[in-house]
Amino acid sequence: MSKRLGTRVVRKEDPALLSGRGRYADDLPVPAGTLHAHVIRSPHPHADIVSIDATAALAMEGVWAVITGVDIKKISDPFLVALKSPIHQWSLAVDRVRFAGEPVALVVAENRYLAEDAAEAVAIEYTPREAAIDPVEACKKSSPLLHAEAKTNEISVRTFRYGDTKCAFETADKVIKLTVDFHRLSFTPMECFVAVASHNPADDSYDCMANFQGPFSTHPVMARALRVPGPKMRLRIPPDSGGSFGIKLSVFPYVVLTALAAKITGRTVKWVEDRAEHLLAASTGPNRVTEIEAAVTKDGKILGLRMDQLEDYGAFLRAPMPGPLYRMHGAITGGYDIANIDVTNRVVLTNKMPASLIRGFGGPQLYLALERMVQRIAIELGLEHLDVIRRNLVQPEKFPYRAAAGGLYDSGDYPRAVETAVGDGRLDYLKKRRDEAREAGRKYGIGFAVVVEPAMSNMGYLSTLLTPETREKAGPKNGATSMVTVNVDPLGAVSVTADVTVQGQGHETVLSQIVADRLGLQPGDIDVTLEMDTAKDQWSIAAGTYSCRFTPGTAVAAHMAAGQLADKLKRIAAKQLNVMAADVELADGKIRSISNPDNALPFGRVAGTSHWSPVMLPDGMVPALSETGVWNPPELEPPSSDDRINTSLTYGFVFDMCGIEIDPVTYQVKVDRYTSMHDAGKILNPLIADGQMRGAFAQGIACALYEEFVTNEEGAFLTGTFADYLVPTVSEVPPVEMLHIESPSPFTPLGAKGLAEGNCMSVPACIANAIADALGVKDVRLPATPRRIHALMASNGGVR
Amino acid sequence: MRRVNKDEKSRISLTLNGRKMAAEAEPRMLLSDFLRHSLGATGTHVGCEHGVCGCCTVQIDGTAVRSCLTLAMQAEGRDVKTVESLAGPNGRLNTLQQAFQKHHALQCGFCTPGILMSFTDFLSRNPKPTEEELREVLSGHICRCTGYAGIMAALKEAVGIS
Amino acid sequence: MKPRPFDYARPDTIDEAVALLAERGDEARILAGGQSLMAMMNLRLADPSMLIDIARIAELGHIRDLGDTIEVGAAVTQNRLLAWPDLTAKLPLLAAALPFVGHFQTRNKGTVCGSIAHADPSSEIPLSLATLEGSVVLRSTGGERVVAAKDFQIDMMTTARRGDEMITAVRFPVHTGRGVAFREVARRHGDFAIIAIAAVIEGKDFAQIGIGGMAGKPLVQRIVMKELKSEIEALATGFEDYEDLHASAALRRDILRNLAPLVLAEAQACAA
Ligand code: FES
Ligand code: FES
Repeated sequence: MSKRLGTRVVRKEDPALLSGRGRYADDLPVPAGTLHAHVIRSPHPHADIVSIDATAALAMEGVWAVITGVDIKKISDPFLVALKSPIHQWSLAVDRVRFAGEPVALVVAENRYLAEDAAEAVAIEYTPREAAIDPVEACKKSSPLLHAEAKTNEISVRTFRYGDTKCAFETADKVIKLTVDFHRLSFTPMECFVAVASHNPADDSYDCMANFQGPFSTHPVMARALRVPGPKMRLRIPPDSGGSFGIKLSVFPYVVLTALAAKITGRTVKWVEDRAEHLLAASTGPNRVTEIEAAVTKDGKILGLRMDQLEDYGAFLRAPMPGPLYRMHGAITGGYDIANIDVTNRVVLTNKMPASLIRGFGGPQLYLALERMVQRIAIELGLEHLDVIRRNLVQPEKFPYRAAAGGLYDSGDYPRAVETAVGDGRLDYLKKRRDEAREAGRKYGIGFAVVVEPAMSNMGYLSTLLTPETREKAGPKNGATSMVTVNVDPLGAVSVTADVTVQGQGHETVLSQIVADRLGLQPGDIDVTLEMDTAKDQWSIAAGTYSCRFTPGTAVAAHMAAGQLADKLKRIAAKQLNVMAADVELADGKIRSISNPDNALPFGRVAGTSHWSPVMLPDGMVPALSETGVWNPPELEPPSSDDRINTSLTYGFVFDMCGIEIDPVTYQVKVDRYTSMHDAGKILNPLIADGQMRGAFAQGIACALYEEFVTNEEGAFLTGTFADYLVPTVSEVPPVEMLHIESPSPFTPLGAKGLAEGNCMSVPACIANAIADALGVKDVRLPATPRRIHALMASNGGVR
Repeated sequence: MRRVNKDEKSRISLTLNGRKMAAEAEPRMLLSDFLRHSLGATGTHVGCEHGVCGCCTVQIDGTAVRSCLTLAMQAEGRDVKTVESLAGPNGRLNTLQQAFQKHHALQCGFCTPGILMSFTDFLSRNPKPTEEELREVLSGHICRCTGYAGIMAALKEAVGIS
Repeated sequence: MKPRPFDYARPDTIDEAVALLAERGDEARILAGGQSLMAMMNLRLADPSMLIDIARIAELGHIRDLGDTIEVGAAVTQNRLLAWPDLTAKLPLLAAALPFVGHFQTRNKGTVCGSIAHADPSSEIPLSLATLEGSVVLRSTGGERVVAAKDFQIDMMTTARRGDEMITAVRFPVHTGRGVAFREVARRHGDFAIIAIAAVIEGKDFAQIGIGGMAGKPLVQRIVMKELKSEIEALATGFEDYEDLHASAALRRDILRNLAPLVLAEAQACAA
């Protein structure tokens, strides 16, 4: 029977979603009498809370409570963070607000309409303070302080040295410098946050439901904040979710907040975030200022790099921040063979929305700096950009390749990927287009970007932020565990549960393909249930859907679980078929002898034996037909004493090339042609993989040309609706040609790598490089809006 | 003249997917909330409540509109259709729905019901649209997951553009 | 994002509607399509104590050919006007402009008169009405008055409509056979325009040009085609700085300089 893994199986998820039968968080039933919450948010970026007067609101019929920071401080603890620092964040502001949109009070009423009315009746008096908005300014002594006890806004600084960078810079023919700014944005899932909670005073336990995405390392953070052991904070995650892209981790403070509200009111409390709240306060990717310097030879070989990365996390550091600054750490040299690099990572807090998880997670920031630098090297040395790329790529014979900062790149053939993409006349076509356009006086540019795309994060990577001595004391952190359970019922029906949360990636379908192949069944025979319940499902701190952990992680665990089950069924069947287990295969819904396929039993019959006649099973066999596959790859070692860290298990490769033109009337950047080459190892389902890459591509375009959270100098937030925060529609997303080569990963049994984040990382860099080429400029700020392009042109030789 | 004071709840009845239904609501109740929370038709989604995203699109008397910008009162006595009306008996997907599945036109599926309701209206008026026209109607929706390529492929197949 | 409470009334006639306005004045708002009003109410940026839903008033559902003008009633949606069979022949500028108004889904409910009443400085229908020098029909219990477009829109979202009046219709002058063009630049398809330009050719030597998005209300000017370049330059420099998140004043001016000749050329080509 032909294998289903690797083929375009259409999604199991779709019929329900297409018929309005999805079960999203806000669709699920709640108990009669459930109360509805509305969050009152700070209008100021920085202020002291002088008083909160809820008398009038509480007098309104149907209003149950107005909860403030003072109330929750009594019954909860601040959230834990990776960095020991005297910074305390509760689920509501206590005494002081530190960003516009920060939750200040929670109104709980019989319905949402009423809760919003009551919120307007709560009188809150503030004394505004000066705000720290710009990350560079915020590091200065003269800046207002966000957290007085921390004594500085720059709460973490670590310098890493790999190789002999000093020597590289001394012997270089030339040193090239660049400053690169990366902006704030979010991928705003169409479904906003939802949290529902109830409290049982008998044993002080909480039952919560939220569209949380993981990582489940945040579960202990929530439980600790609620002052209960983990099992007393049951968290259920609905079977469907309206997208996440990293963002839905950040529902966690609201899970705690609704739980506390449930405790205070004695009722189930539900909160549904609205879009205005989401844009203002849910979560953003961090903005980053990178100072990058390269030591190069005349012919473009990069001998060494120096990087200073200042990342702005907004008002508070939330678990698991500062992830974006460290997630790429092992791969900080990208696709290039660079032996010497010094990196300084700095974390700063400002009076803006806290930053957190977002698809790409540190990659877009890193690659904008690195890839802009590679283009600058070409310009300053008078070389072709592509030739500088070629000169520095990691060569195929070096795999597995240990990058300077510790990343262990599993497999790849970067030169072949690049040559395939530029070949077939693709690059020639772009050059011809550029020549023609320039001839006609139009602004046309060609850009490239090289990206190494990590997947399945090492749970120890964030500890790189601590010094080796501190790490030693705290105990090593490493690995990443994946778990999947496969069950077979008495009639042979197969069901699967796994440690991922649903966000739309088609995990049900892919898991059914994997399990079906191993059991000789069809994907349609496999039922996959991915709603999560922390009280009943198997999970580890690594659980959840993030950092592309599904393909190299959970998929492997499913492969293992189904394999274990297949072995068991073979042994049971061998006895019944009177053959050796080695002569048994599972195929076409049967379990049969390989040498004599007519000697066969239906799958369900063998399954039944285990359920109904456990006594008849082969000697020593554990009866139940339920197997859990647990996968924890050995390559994910803890950071070494010299701070090298293999941050991820697999490393895919992306090479992008594009031609863009500046519209001479509107100054809009128009993508003329875009080609994206991927090497993600084995592809498990090409239909779904293609969808993931195209989705990431659209988000890359959004980041490069449209989306930005804008805060003005005083700290006022200017992009509070979808009319100001510009999410591209179909008219703004250009076509893209996707190409593939396959270098299977030797580190996972399926050979598959992550692929859903690469274009979020590559597109901003590729477009920025093309703009630099079109306009002959050095500094390109994203998103490259007509306003910015116009200003660039005005300061660079004229607009028209 | 129909007149209801602000704090008064009144009984609002309409035809939802062919069945007469009614519930009590204040005048300010949005149609999106009324459908989802009063009538239990949760297939219609809410993504922005200010008329930009298109998730909440339903049909009133056959015309696709934003239910978040519509009061339940405005739909009183009207014929309202939501995504739940599209599949046939036994859940058989219609042509447009099937094309969406085939071309992987949805990931999280949150935007999908609105898109289906827009095109069910549009295609009933323009059964043979151009690709440009399809794009124009789709631009009234935001999808964060797919990058729109699968959706366009599905739409094109459904109207016979190769 | 839920609206504040309000009284709701759904009158059956214009008389009932204006009687309610007389009773409640400024505190009441007319609800026709609601595509702007409801969004503002959900954001709690608008706060009427009463909504008067006129969508079902039969007298307001007309598109009437009055000879030299076409009258469009207050309950007519943008898509209904767009589908009106005589549109291209009688109101070619509207045929060119209406597809730029929002999206298919919002045009299904948004009304022609609602857009005039809302008076957004960059919106297409007020700009077309101003360029064509049409008029607005207002009614109160005191009777009816007709206000020229140039006197109607005063500034950003401010009009000459009194609190006790409602718009019952707008009148677009028929401009059969004249060259027209409409173009706009917006960040995304269907967004409010950074700049919108409407042009109608007047004989051989003149054109009427309307510009939206550069000031609090549309600017309409008759220009001499021979002097095109200097006329446009004078227009571009004549505007006060008008700036928002998406466009600086300098960008607006340059887009105007780039776009206006194209629109006029297109209008001329269409006249030929
Ligand atoms: S929820 Fe109605 S348009 Fe977004
Ligand atoms: S499929 Fe998720 S928003 Fe469209």
